Amino acid sequence: MIVRISGEGQFELPDEDSERLNELDNRAVNAVEQGDETGFRELWTQMLELVASDGNALPGDELVESDVILPPRDISFDEAKGEFSGEGLIPD
Amino acid sequence: MPGLAGRMSTVMKAKISRLLDRSEDPGETLDYGYQKQVEHLQQVKKGIADVVTSKKRLQMQSQKLEQQVVKLDTQARQALSQGREDLARAALERKSVAQTELQSLDQQVNELEAQQEQLTQAEQKLRGKIEAFRTKKEVIKAQYSAAEAQVKISEAATGVGEEMADVGLAIQRAEDKTEQMRARGAAVEELEAAGTFEDLTQLGPPQDDIDRELSQLGSGAQVDDELAKMKTELGSGEGDKPALGEGREGA
Repeated sequence: MIVRISGEGQFELPDEDSERLNELDNRAVNAVEQGDETGFRELWTQMLELVASDGNALPGDELVESDVILPPRDISFDEAKGEFSGEGLIPD
Repeated sequence: MPGLAGRMSTVMKAKISRLLDRSEDPGETLDYGYQKQVEHLQQVKKGIADVVTSKKRLQMQSQKLEQQVVKLDTQARQALSQGREDLARAALERKSVAQTELQSLDQQVNELEAQQEQLTQAEQKLRGKIEAFRTKKEVIKAQYSAAEAQVKISEAATGVGEEMADVGLAIQRAEDKTEQMRARGAAVEELEAAGTFEDLTQLGPPQDDIDRELSQLGSGAQVDDELAKMKTELGSGEGDKPALGEGREGA
């Protein structure tokens, strides 16, 4: 699975991670819906950490489309309200 | 594909497939696509240049404010040494406002600096992708049949398109931020225009509207402390000058 962190680049993740990422994504949507910024920040950090720990950065000359695009690391809570809604970043 | 950049890359993909449908010759589409990418890179450069311009403007504003702070401090000392505590207080209140603005300006300059750095890296990355596309384009032209080429073009163009959308998003965010900063900068200019940081010797009696507003800005305690400190400093070496207290000509 190819994941892009907006503003940082693309990473290749083992397919097993997609379930874990999707779960965090759904919980992040919940947190945003409840206006729980602290909860959202925690989950968002976990998502980024998962990509950092399991992902391998794609070489710069690789021209492939991402399966998932994560928003910029420094996303504001207001911006998150637009991104983390409905089915979240990863459709269920 | 979800996400902001995802939506943009979908738009890009639609454009490319429309192009492919119209074009008889995939090689032509490839050349056209590459040309568009290079044009886009120019826009990215322009976006970065705009951030640099905003940063320079803020830096200039910050230098101007720094000078005001020094000037107001000097004026406060002069006023105090001539026994005009009211003027000295007004000058210190203005100095305190200028210092607060200065702090926020400096912080904004730092933020823009970081953004400029980030955008420059993104531009380099995009340049790399476009270069990869150029190489791939020649391979596709030379090696694939028209039908195969369509698929390959679509893939490669989508890869570059996503990168472009991502840089576009970063520039959009930087622009939004500089827009907020511009509003803040305009507020400082308004204060300046209202005479907030102006030479106090050119003012009428203190306690005009600006002074009343300034004393309400909550810098009271800090101004009191600074005034007291200034008094001690001046008092220690100038005990023989109380006669100047009445003088106004020198102000």
